[in-house]
Amino acid sequence: MSEHLLSLAIWVPIVAGLIVLATGGDSRAAWARLIALLGAGLGFLVTIPLYTQFTLLHGGMQFVEKMPWIPAFNINYHLGVDGLSMFFVILNAFTTLLVVVAGWEVIQKRVAQYMAAFLIMSGLINGAFAAMDAMLFYVFFEAMLVPLYLIVGVWGGQNRVYAAVKLFLYTLMGSLLLLVTFIYLYFHAGKTFEIAEFQHVLLPLSVQGFMMIAFFFAFAVKVPMFPVHTWLPDAHVEAPTGGSMVLAAITLKLGAYGFLRFALPIVPDAAREWGWIIIGLSLVAVVYIGLVALVQTDMKKLVAYSSISHMGFVTLGFFMFTDGAPTTYGVEGALVQMISHGFVSAAMFFCIGVMYDRVHSRNIADYGGVANTMPTFAAFFLLFAMANSGLPATSGFVGEFMVIIGAVKVNFWYAFAAATTLIFGAAYTLWMYKRVIFGEVANEHVAELNDVNLREFTVLVILAVTVLGMGLYPQAFTEKMHASVDTLIMQVKHSKLP
Amino acid sequence: MDKPTLYLLIPLLPLFGAIVAGLFGRLVGRAGAHWVTILGVAAACVGSFSVLYDQLNGGEAYNGNLYTWLTVDGIDVSVGFLVDKLTAMMMVVVTFVSLMVHIYTIGYMEEDPGYQRFFSYISLFTFSMLMLVMANNFVQLFFGWEAVGLVSYLLIGFWFKRPTAIFANLKAFLVNRVGDFGFLLGIGLVLTHFGSFYYADVFAAAPALKDVTISLFTDTPWSLLSVTCILLFIGAMGKSAQFPLHVWLPDSMEGPTPISALIHAATMVTAGIFMVARMSPLFELSDTALNFIMVIGAITALFMGFLGIIQNDIKRVVAYSTLSQLGYMTVALGASAYSVAVFHLMTHAFFKALLFLAAGSVIIGMHHDQDIRNMGGLRKYMPVTWITSLIGSLALIGTPFLSGFYSKDSIIEAVHASHLPAAQFAYAAVIIGVFVTAFYSFRMYFLVFHGKERWMEAKHDHGHDHHDDEHADEHHHGLGPNDKPHETAWVVTLPLVLLAIPSLVIGFIAIEPMLYGGFFDGVIDTSRHHVMKELGEEFHGAVAMGLHSFGTAPFWLALAGVALSWFFYMKRPDIPAAIKAKTGPLNTLLENKYYMDHLYIQGFATFGRKLGKVFWKVGDTVLIDGLMVNGSAKLVGAMAGLMRRVQTGYIYHYAFAMIIGALLLLTFWLGRFLIPQ
Repeated sequence: MSEHLLSLAIWVPIVAGLIVLATGGDSRAAWARLIALLGAGLGFLVTIPLYTQFTLLHGGMQFVEKMPWIPAFNINYHLGVDGLSMFFVILNAFTTLLVVVAGWEVIQKRVAQYMAAFLIMSGLINGAFAAMDAMLFYVFFEAMLVPLYLIVGVWGGQNRVYAAVKLFLYTLMGSLLLLVTFIYLYFHAGKTFEIAEFQHVLLPLSVQGFMMIAFFFAFAVKVPMFPVHTWLPDAHVEAPTGGSMVLAAITLKLGAYGFLRFALPIVPDAAREWGWIIIGLSLVAVVYIGLVALVQTDMKKLVAYSSISHMGFVTLGFFMFTDGAPTTYGVEGALVQMISHGFVSAAMFFCIGVMYDRVHSRNIADYGGVANTMPTFAAFFLLFAMANSGLPATSGFVGEFMVIIGAVKVNFWYAFAAATTLIFGAAYTLWMYKRVIFGEVANEHVAELNDVNLREFTVLVILAVTVLGMGLYPQAFTEKMHASVDTLIMQVKHSKLP
Repeated sequence: MDKPTLYLLIPLLPLFGAIVAGLFGRLVGRAGAHWVTILGVAAACVGSFSVLYDQLNGGEAYNGNLYTWLTVDGIDVSVGFLVDKLTAMMMVVVTFVSLMVHIYTIGYMEEDPGYQRFFSYISLFTFSMLMLVMANNFVQLFFGWEAVGLVSYLLIGFWFKRPTAIFANLKAFLVNRVGDFGFLLGIGLVLTHFGSFYYADVFAAAPALKDVTISLFTDTPWSLLSVTCILLFIGAMGKSAQFPLHVWLPDSMEGPTPISALIHAATMVTAGIFMVARMSPLFELSDTALNFIMVIGAITALFMGFLGIIQNDIKRVVAYSTLSQLGYMTVALGASAYSVAVFHLMTHAFFKALLFLAAGSVIIGMHHDQDIRNMGGLRKYMPVTWITSLIGSLALIGTPFLSGFYSKDSIIEAVHASHLPAAQFAYAAVIIGVFVTAFYSFRMYFLVFHGKERWMEAKHDHGHDHHDDEHADEHHHGLGPNDKPHETAWVVTLPLVLLAIPSLVIGFIAIEPMLYGGFFDGVIDTSRHHVMKELGEEFHGAVAMGLHSFGTAPFWLALAGVALSWFFYMKRPDIPAAIKAKTGPLNTLLENKYYMDHLYIQGFATFGRKLGKVFWKVGDTVLIDGLMVNGSAKLVGAMAGLMRRVQTGYIYHYAFAMIIGALLLLTFWLGRFLIPQ
């Protein structure tokens, strides 16, 4: 079994999703939920050995599987994970499990299809993180858009179709350029789609520049970076709670992962040359988006903007170069930030979902004094709000801290701009918290609120433990990254100019 | 028990209490919550005393790690403890005051529905503060730094239904974050240039980096140490409420009084002072930073004192007094008299906690009326509170032989001895400050405990100023015309007595060993400035210092302050009223706290929101979504519309186009054929 762990991580959720789909209509919704839970649970279990059996001895790929897929074009079903990607497979399976629980009784219409969409998407995303063949990556990378499109478009709010189309077109637009790049590299790498081979192709700076543009459009949209970020708030607002959780926790990470796996090692000279543009856009994300988040009146939009701002740290961490390579602090900090943001943003969206399920409003103005009627919930929400503000001892602090420290090494003013998140992050998160949770009971809806039930409590406890655990012992995460990050940095240092 | 285990248990016991009271509050009940937290803190206090005893009797400083929190780029960040004399002293102060506050809370929060939650928070605070003072590296320091900020946020907003409280806690957190912004950048510079987060490594590397410069703007060289120290000090300015980041502290009085004593007077706000003293090997190397610190401290010491004069809320008077005293400590830091600053930190912790808790006792006695104009003559009804308040006030104004005298006079002497350019200004500020302190302290004292009993004629319009009343949601509200104030329960008065004792004697006992007995040798570095040496040469014992003071300016200034306040508020209350009427603009300036809040709220906060709105509405909605996204969609649509016209579906249109095309092709071919190359 253990040599097929990655295949299991991909196919267990997909097969479970198909079985769930087979239960059909809502008359058998209970079955659909149960099978979905089992599938997601099993899908999570098979990813755990990826962590426990992960070797720290080298920075290369582990749990590798390879067999031919389309021999005519030398395309292989080639899987593997290293310290850069392993955590995202686990995080993805973990989030899927939470999403199934989060949607348990909330989703009443087309339950089987809802659960199936998440399970299938989970498998596809795992495929993208585990793919070592560019074509395989591309297929998974594109395919996951379909279930996501359906989740937003079918179970979303009033304006869901606009949001779904925007999401789909936006992300598709970038991907097409990616395909062109892959085909170009295929011919120059000696007719192979192996990503590892791509990383050895020598390319003149002008070609690297074009590829950088292609990578930028493919991945920046997913991150999302300023100025191609406007699809995210729309998609979040229209998505159901589970959709928002996956979108924030996982989908955005695919974009950042793309920069790490493709842009940095394949076109390092272009990254050195034009990295400052990405740094500039990342810092705009931190400051500009931070201010935009401050004035949002819709909680989900606020958290969506906060996601963009937090993801700015990720791209900043990747592209801060010193001595011709990214800093260890920057890359590992960005990876930690990606994982932490997975927990924290999922938790934030879940908390908003808990309130939305009761009041059916996301407007901050419709709340006030929730702590009076939901004290347990208020305590959890505070923990996640603090994590979102980057308080030490929560996971939210670690990544931001590492990136800021790394930034000081590179350029004091990068750090200066990035560190404003200490102020903005706290301002928009805690101001929202104040208006929603504190104060006298604002209206009869709030007065009638019931505190969290057992199902919600379970999800909140699990997320709280992960957020605190990662904040108190981040070493458990970073020690698995060191070797792969070192390998990556060595690769980037190496010029690919002919 | 071996030392590391003891060091670990001291912070963990309060944490355990906090977890039990917080998560299982309903299970353990009210008594369970206060017993588990009080026992935890009491054990921590006993442990801290034993650590101090050990340090005093030649115990080695301990520097060890608990576990590795993070390793990046070959650099370790651990959770670990540095326990030396400075730490031991801070541990004793923190746990002792905390224990007093825990006991006091039983009485003060008796009727509050959030009883368990409150005990959980103050125990969590004790844990956080201990982690801060026991840290052996910058990251753990920052952890403690932010954790005490979090608990402060929770406690200021403890009565979360009150709009003023939840405004104040958000304000406190954000202003502190501005300080932390500088602090974190300072830590970044430390790591980048010193290559470690551990104090020991950094301090060892510091002298070699004395002359290193960095360029921040183009090519102008900046001294690395000056920039680093000033950034670190900006963190201290937030936490220790130094001008211009002081605005959060007066508003923090929205929290229950026990935490005003513990967090916003005795311990948390002194974290900045402790931090600079801890970093003395760095600060000692930068005269620029020391000058900067002294100026900031002097401004805070003097100008916050002025504001104390016009406050009528009993807690706010004490709060402004705290600000001013923190300014004194900061001035001492700037004069390189770190040990004097820490000494004042210690004496201040006792007498200011005492003053706050006594104020709380008065508030209970007055049935939650906080306006000193409604009090008077309370000494008859609340004898214990009266005597202990008097002791606290005398200690605060620097009465010879009391604790505050030794620390404050040492600060004044230190500034006097300093040769830094800022010292002259600072000296003037601290000297005038002595008079101001005495004046506002005894104004409050006389108005509360002496003179006419004014609560009978006090008007209790319920719409009055918000901070006159701590329990807005409760029924009782000030004394009725026939009520009498009453002395508070023993759980309240016992801490007052226990705090009054050190307020009386700790200065006399501790000055010689702490300042001149080499107590801080190897911990605090004053090697590059001569202030402490000069002070030591003039020091001839605590008794001589007390006797000598009768011939010095500070003594007479303090006496004048007391006398004037007695004259103004006991003899001729018409005079201050007349002065107030005559000095309209000045009074307005003071009443509006120098317009700092206006600047921050109407200036920065409103500006930030407006900017955010512009970015959102113009940047995101109009430019990106309107022009780029929907614009390109419209462009595609328009192109498609154009193309659609060609495809009309009429067969004769297509036939016509075909004929034209065929003709063109024919012409082309014929042309090539007929015209030879």
